[in-house]
Amino acid sequence: MIGMTHFLVLSAVLFALSVMGIFLNRKNIIVVLMSIELMLLAVNFNFVTFSTFLHNVAGQIFVFFTLTVAAAEAAIGLAILIILFRNLKSINVQDMNKLKG
Amino acid sequence: MTGIPLYLTIILSPLIASTIVGLFNFAIGKFLSRAITILGVLVSACLSYVVLYQALTTGVHYDGPLYTWLTVGAQSFSVGILVDSLTAMMLTVVTTVSLMVHIYTIGYMADEEEYNANKFFSYISLFTFMMIMLVMSNNFIQLFFGWEGVGLVSYLLIGFYFKRESAIFANLKAFLINRIGDLGFLLGIGLVYYYFGSFNYSDVFARLNEVTGMHFLNTTWSAITVICLLLFVGAMGKSAQFPLHVWLPDSMEGPTPISALIHAATMVTAGIFMVARLSPLYNLSPTALSFIAIVGAINALFLGLLGIIQNDIKRVIAYSTLSQLGYMAVALGCGAYTVGVFHLMTHAFFKALLFLAAGSVIVAMHHEQDMRKMGGLWKYMPITYAVMLVGNLALAGIPPFAGFFSKDLILEAATNYHEHGMFGGAFVEFSVYAAVFVTACYSFRQLFMTFHGEERFRHVADDEHHHDDHGHHGPVEPKESPFVITFPLVFLAIPAAVIGWVAFSHFAPEGFLSDAVFDASYYVKFFEEDGVTPISMLMHAFTTLPVYIALSGILAAYVAHKSPAFVKGLQTIFKPIIYVMDNKYFMDNLYINIFAPIGRGLGKVFWSIGDVLVIDGLVVNGSARVVNFFAKIFRKMQTGYVNSSATYMVLGVILLLTFFTGLILR
Repeated sequence: MIGMTHFLVLSAVLFALSVMGIFLNRKNIIVVLMSIELMLLAVNFNFVTFSTFLHNVAGQIFVFFTLTVAAAEAAIGLAILIILFRNLKSINVQDMNKLKG
Repeated sequence: MTGIPLYLTIILSPLIASTIVGLFNFAIGKFLSRAITILGVLVSACLSYVVLYQALTTGVHYDGPLYTWLTVGAQSFSVGILVDSLTAMMLTVVTTVSLMVHIYTIGYMADEEEYNANKFFSYISLFTFMMIMLVMSNNFIQLFFGWEGVGLVSYLLIGFYFKRESAIFANLKAFLINRIGDLGFLLGIGLVYYYFGSFNYSDVFARLNEVTGMHFLNTTWSAITVICLLLFVGAMGKSAQFPLHVWLPDSMEGPTPISALIHAATMVTAGIFMVARLSPLYNLSPTALSFIAIVGAINALFLGLLGIIQNDIKRVIAYSTLSQLGYMAVALGCGAYTVGVFHLMTHAFFKALLFLAAGSVIVAMHHEQDMRKMGGLWKYMPITYAVMLVGNLALAGIPPFAGFFSKDLILEAATNYHEHGMFGGAFVEFSVYAAVFVTACYSFRQLFMTFHGEERFRHVADDEHHHDDHGHHGPVEPKESPFVITFPLVFLAIPAAVIGWVAFSHFAPEGFLSDAVFDASYYVKFFEEDGVTPISMLMHAFTTLPVYIALSGILAAYVAHKSPAFVKGLQTIFKPIIYVMDNKYFMDNLYINIFAPIGRGLGKVFWSIGDVLVIDGLVVNGSARVVNFFAKIFRKMQTGYVNSSATYMVLGVILLLTFFTGLILR
């Protein structure tokens, strides 16, 4: 029988994968954006799981909020990425070390 | 005016004068600087006489705090004033001599251009203030303040001619040697507080009975003896007692007026004053008194002997000061504090007179101090000669001059000390009697060399272009000093001649000072049985030994003056002794070749181990190295990549969450 625990573990695995995507990724900055989306989805998964099992619809409503914000964020993130590419001629993470003192 | 306003005016007027002249010494002219300081000291001097008059007629006893300086727990330290007969007497002596020295300095520094004479006036006024603080204090802290203050001014003034190498050496020497004494003095004050729980004289004296039986820490020594000895170590430094005397002869590098004021009349007697002030304490420790008497006897005889072979006119007087300070210490050690104070007073007048007269000679000889280049000056400088004669007669103890009375009482006290079977009595008695001869001998040798005989300065000036401050050339034609110099001389010559028998009765154990100074019981008994008066002393003077000893000393000086062959003969016979004396008993060598290298070596060890290795190496540079080490590691984390920053952030969040959930669930 598939219970709440399985869903939560799946969500945690997804979240951890996305975090690792940010941590270990050295190549492509688009992968970072995708990892962030995945992170949000993992959170959404959590919301839905709890909403279903606890019979509370508020969680599912929150998912819509999150999706909206995620869409907006993706749009802004991609826009920034395009500007970045114009300036640096690269989307390589390795090249973006301007923060180094 | 009475009470606090009177006392405050006495204390503050020299300070105000000194501050004004000191702060504006470049701005105000020659006249103002002299006028302000002299006015300040004049006010003090006049009011001191008021206090003395009150003390002599109705008697004064004021002991009270002025204001609380600081409070620590239940203990508060106040600045206070103690005025009694001893204070009144000291005030009078200090301010009188100081006033005379101020006036004298106008003449002495008249054509001083190389150094700033205004500063000099500021310093001597400051000195007067510090000395007044010292004598008027009613507690040990304030005593120490005045004590250090006069030491500071002494340092500044010995080094007044700061372009001379020797002056800088001398003032540093005086300062360092005094630090040794002050260490003992501070320890003594600390012990006083430890055992008596107060710094006030009156509290200390009130609790004497409780402390009498106590032992010093876990030893078998009496606490009071330890306190007395430590305090006397301070007095040894300030009053130049053997073996801390070495700074005083060198202090003659300073201008002559300060030699008179500081290194003869007042500051060096501070130690004597302190012991007299603490007489109730010292009376309880025969050990400390014996120590004082023996140290004083060494000073009186052996350091006096050095005066005989000096050729510098000021150094002769400096060694005589050491000898006379020894006499005072002997008087203290014999329990005759009043006599010590009596000699302090007479000595202040005649020694200040001698120094100022020597200064007058030095001015006339255009700053030449070597007596071998003087001679025959008496007909050129009659006033200086006359006062010098008075001063030397007083110093030698010829009746009826001042020194005779005080010195004779000291001799009697020493005899009594011996007869009483006290420790070292024979040595003390012998020393003070022998020192009478020595004193007469060096003082009249100086007089003869300077004022009589061949006019040697005429040859010197011809063949030697000697040190000449004022650009005169050719033979010096000595002439009598101006009025500002002769006036203080004559003014001081009067007490030097008469103060002995005028003040005699006041210095009996039950006399004027009986409310402040408490003589040892055996001395009081002796004095009463003896029943001397000035008249009886004068009557018996020529039937007793001391006067003949003194006269024979003068005779010896005269013979030596008349027959150089005799001196030559003595010099060959006593060659080794003269050699030892020429080197001042090797005391300077002892300090310079043994103690100073030890001190420097210790300093080097502390510097190289304590400072360089531990503080600089381990603590300061070490902490920097630790920071550097960790920074090198953590620097690797700063890659500048966004994802590594994100990683740290997430790791941080995880850490925080773990920590706080742990905290909440507990």
